[in-house]
Order: sequence, then structure tokens, then C-alpha cells
Amino acid sequence: MATDRLATRVTLAPAFRPPAPARLVSPTTERPAVKWTLIAIAVIFLLVILLLPLVTVFIQAVAKGPGVFFAALSDPDGVAAIRLTLLVAAIAVPLNLVFGVSAAWAIAKFDFHGKSFLITLIDLPFSVSPVVSGMIYVLLFGANSVLNPFLKTIDLQIAFAVPGIVLATIFVTFPFVARELIPLMQDQGSGDEEAAISLGANGWQTFWHVTLPNIRWGLLYGVLLCNARAMGEFGAVSVISGHIRGLTNTMPLQIEVLYDSYNFAGAFAMASLLALLALVTLLLKTILEFRYGDELASARRH
Amino acid sequence: MNFRFAVRPHDHYKTDLSVSGAPRLDIRVQNIRKEFSQYPALHDVSLNIISGELIALLGPSGSGKTTLLRLIAGLESPTEGMILFGEEDASQRSVQERHVGFVFQHYALFRHMTILENVSFGLKVRRHDRPNKAEIRKRAMELIDLVQLTGLEKRYPNQLSGGQRQRVALARALAIEPRVLLLDEPFGALDAQVRKELRKWLREIHDRTGHTTVFVTHDQEEALELADRLVVMSQGKIEQVGTPDDVYDRPNSPFVFGFIGESSALPVTVEHNELWVGGRAIGLAAPEAVDGPAQLYFRPHDVELIEGEACLAGVVVASRRVGGTRRVELEIGGQQQPVEIDLPFDHPAGEKSRIAFRPKRWRLFSDAAAA
Repeated sequence: MATDRLATRVTLAPAFRPPAPARLVSPTTERPAVKWTLIAIAVIFLLVILLLPLVTVFIQAVAKGPGVFFAALSDPDGVAAIRLTLLVAAIAVPLNLVFGVSAAWAIAKFDFHGKSFLITLIDLPFSVSPVVSGMIYVLLFGANSVLNPFLKTIDLQIAFAVPGIVLATIFVTFPFVARELIPLMQDQGSGDEEAAISLGANGWQTFWHVTLPNIRWGLLYGVLLCNARAMGEFGAVSVISGHIRGLTNTMPLQIEVLYDSYNFAGAFAMASLLALLALVTLLLKTILEFRYGDELASARRH
Repeated sequence: MNFRFAVRPHDHYKTDLSVSGAPRLDIRVQNIRKEFSQYPALHDVSLNIISGELIALLGPSGSGKTTLLRLIAGLESPTEGMILFGEEDASQRSVQERHVGFVFQHYALFRHMTILENVSFGLKVRRHDRPNKAEIRKRAMELIDLVQLTGLEKRYPNQLSGGQRQRVALARALAIEPRVLLLDEPFGALDAQVRKELRKWLREIHDRTGHTTVFVTHDQEEALELADRLVVMSQGKIEQVGTPDDVYDRPNSPFVFGFIGESSALPVTVEHNELWVGGRAIGLAAPEAVDGPAQLYFRPHDVELIEGEACLAGVVVASRRVGGTRRVELEIGGQQQPVEIDLPFDHPAGEKSRIAFRPKRWRLFSDAAAA
């Protein structure tokens, strides 16, 4: 048949066979050598700088057996530190959630004088050393401050007490939620809100049913970061807490105390808890992204 | 024509939307001025909108048409002036209290809600006389049916096409039984084919529900086809208000003439109640015109070809096929700007041919009046 003849002719005349095409390379990809070098650099960097220390923390924590590990954690000072850290985060994070949403709302949806100043101000905690943040509160509320006589009359101790730690933590972690939300809300504009109010929704309904769902993923991300930092904050809290064992020592401060007194097992046990918190945070974020990936993507696509 | 009941707002809900249940509402815009941080967007604009009509705000971008629409909705507040809904001063009312159905150019659908939830939103957030759940669902489904999206109520907005989203936006606005329907460039983001279909469909919806409807557009074809009346705007002012026929056939300013439909302009001189071009009478009499320079405006298709009499004559410098006709550019007696006229597509005129014509219908705008 015709095809057979054609096939025969082709096999009989190899000289007419077209030259084998050069291996097709995607025009947007690097050469393999470059590709693998870059990947290797990234992987080695991650292993040495991130993974190795993390593993070390957990190995050191249980190096002397689980008994020592749990003993270090159930030490009264240790328990007090854990409770204080949780308490501070439980106060600071919700407050920063409210402040952050309000600030982002004001900046993204309204035009007013001093807006750029406000944005700069929100960034202040990031640019200022945490130690300085702690100092500010000592100067404001400490024994030699102007406010001290007044604080004494109402019998409120702020510096070197829990309120001071909470204030310093709020100050340091303030930007997380706001920074996460401002670009998101600016990007979304106020069209949805206008639609909601034109449909008769009041301010609260608009916020609850329209604005909040639109920003929920960004908000959650901001809260997770805020929480991680609130629990892990060292500098500012170190200055204002006064390092009173069992009273004003948070977990990071307790780790330092244990480490300074050569109690490495105890220090690493406590450190492993903080590291665990970081891992849980990451895990939560990943689960949420995985579970609600479609919705996240749709929010971005829109 | 529409059959309308005189109903008080939210007196009751006409579940059968095929019988018009829209409230009667005249809207009067009185001497509205609007400034955005010193920059004036609207100067002293007044407009009466008659109950039940479909009216288009038409103008180029920056003409203030969207600002006027947002002022009527209450999404902006006027710097000066008043907006009356019937006899009531709406300027003092909030957006929520005005009870307007607003359809946004980019739909502004709630992306985390299904189509059904989007349409039900306006009823769900009601605090007074909120219908029960079953009732809300029933009404929303009726509206989804009205906009021909039955079966898609469980989808999310990003799963719909642009045209479908716009229809959801309209259903959502209709759900609150609005006193007036306001649409901001409703078809602006759609492609030409969908736009044409939706145009026809919006007209049908309007005729069935009878809502007073105001829509903003920069597309003159859309405005001419769809609206009962046009409001032509330019630079924060209303240039002309009238039916499509009025505005197209009797434009009252060079701007309207140029903006609505095709137009050609030619500088002429008025003398002894006649029009002259380059020292020749062109056979058009202007008994009421003031002597002096003026601009002659006419439609390229509204001309007659003549020979031998006083007329406009020019040399073809360019020609191109436009649909069923041929549009030629003529250079007339040393004028800077060539003039466009339409010829039958089989007209033998080629480049450099001489063509003599006279506009059948035209308007004269005196340069003195414009200055």
C-alpha cells in the first residue's frame, strides 16, 4: 500500500532522513548546572542555618533523658514562666488584633491628613530596638517617672510587673497585624463596602459580613506572626520585667536565667517548647492554606 | 407601556415581578455642586428624573457622570445643592436610608458568598421587617430566575463569567426593592457581544419591573439604544437633556454634535443670511444667523451630491470602506481640516476626484457665541 511503500523508501534512503532535532530546551529555564547549583545553595543554607539549630534544640532538650526534661518544665519557676507567657500573649494578641484591624481600616478606606505619618508610626516598633521599647516604659512608669506618684495613689504597679510586660509586648508586636492588612485592604478598595451599605447594611454588619471575610486569611496570618513574636519577645520584656523569678520571668527570660546558671538541660527544655510553638504556628498556617486553598486563591484572583 | 401601581416604598413586595411593582419616584437634582479637595467635579447641575424612565448619563471620562450617580445614591455628599426623592430631601439621608439599588462597574460581588447569599444579602441585613429565612430564599430564587441564572445559585462569583456576574449584581440590587436603580457603567467591563445582549436584556427587565433607572455610560451607541432620555455631560456640566432623537437630530452645542454620532465640522462665514466658504456661497441659507465666522456641523451620511448649483466642493484625499458605505475625506478650498462625508460604496470617486455636495441637515454654531 501507499504507506508501506513510503515507509520502505524512507528506510532505504537514510540520507534523506531529517537530522535529529536538537534537544528542545524551554527558553525560560536555566541550564541544568546553574539550576542545580542554585538549588544546592538554598538547601545547604536551609539545613545549616534553620534545620540544624532546630534539631539541636530538641536533641539537647532530651539529651539527659525525659525525666530531666519534664523536671525542668515542672519546676515552679518554669511553670510560672510558661503561665506568664501565655497570659501576656492572651492579652496582647487580641488587643493588637483590634488595634491592627482598626489602623488598617482607617488607612485603607479613608483619606485624612497625617495618613503617611500614621503609617510611619505603625512601623516604629520594627525600626526601634526592642531594648529601647522596654526602656521607654521604664522611664514612663518607673520609680522616678512623672506618672509614678499618680500610679502609687491608685496602687498600680506597671514597671517590673505584669502590666508593664503586657504593654511592652503590645508595643513590639503592634505592626504585625496592621502591616499584613494594610496592603491587602488597600488592594481590595472600598467597592464591596459601598455595595453592602447600598444594600442597607449598617457599619457593623458591613464589617462583619463583608470586610472581615475579605481579610480573614491575611488577618489570621498576621495574628499567627503576632502571637509567635509575643511569646518569643526578649529585649523589651527583659528591660521592663525586672527578672523576678517566678513572678515576672517569661519563657525567653527564664531560658536566659537557666542558661546563665549552667542549667543547660533546663534551658533547652524550655527552648524546645518555644521552638515547638513556632512549628505549631507553621503547621497551622500550612493546614489552613491547604484546607482553604481554593478560597485563598479566589480571593487573590478576584 | 408599563402598568404601574402607586405603592408606598416597601409597602409590600410584589413577588410577581412581571407585573410592575416599582414605587413611583421622581428625582430632582437641584443646583448640585461637588468639589473633591478644591477640584470641582460638578458645577451647578440640575436635572429632573421622571418616575419609571430609563435615563442615561453620557459623557467622556472626567465629565462628572459617575460623580452625579454616586451623589444620587448617597455614596458622596454634595458640596452645595439638594437632591429630592419625590418631595423628600434625600441629601440629609444616609445611603442605607435612601434605599437605592446600586450596580457597580466591577460588580463588587461578595466573593466569599454564593450567588444565592449575594442576592439575599440585602434582605438578611434588614433589621426592621426582615422576612423569615424561607421567604428570603424564595425571593432570592425568584430574582435569580429573573436574571436567568437558575441552577447557578450555589456557585461563587469567581466561577461565573463577566456577564453572569453583572446579572447577579443586578439581582442583588433588585432584592432590596429599591426606589431607584442606579447603574455605573454596567457593561463597561464586558466584551462587545455580551454587552449587546445585556443591553437588550436590561431594557426588558426595566420594562417588566418599571424601576426608575439611571445608568452611566461613555458609550453613545449604548445610550442611544437603551435610554428613554439622555443626559449629555462634559466637564462637570450638563450639555443637553433629551430623547435620543432630540439629542441626535438637534444637538445644541458643538460638543454634543461631536460626541453623539459621527460629525463633520467646517468653518464658514455668515453674510447676508447666507453661508460662505472661501468667498463662495454654498447654497445654504441662514436667515436667523448673526453675520461673522461660524462653524457648520453636519452628519457625514446626511449629505446630497449635487452638480452645477452653489454647493460645497472638495477633492478626495482619502477614502475607506465603513460597513455598507464609503467614507471619503475631502479637502475643501484650502481648509486645514478635511471634511468627512459618506458616499455609496459603489461610487466611482477615487483619489483626487472632485466631489460637490450639500448637507441635507446641519447646524450652525456662531464663533461669537462660543467665545
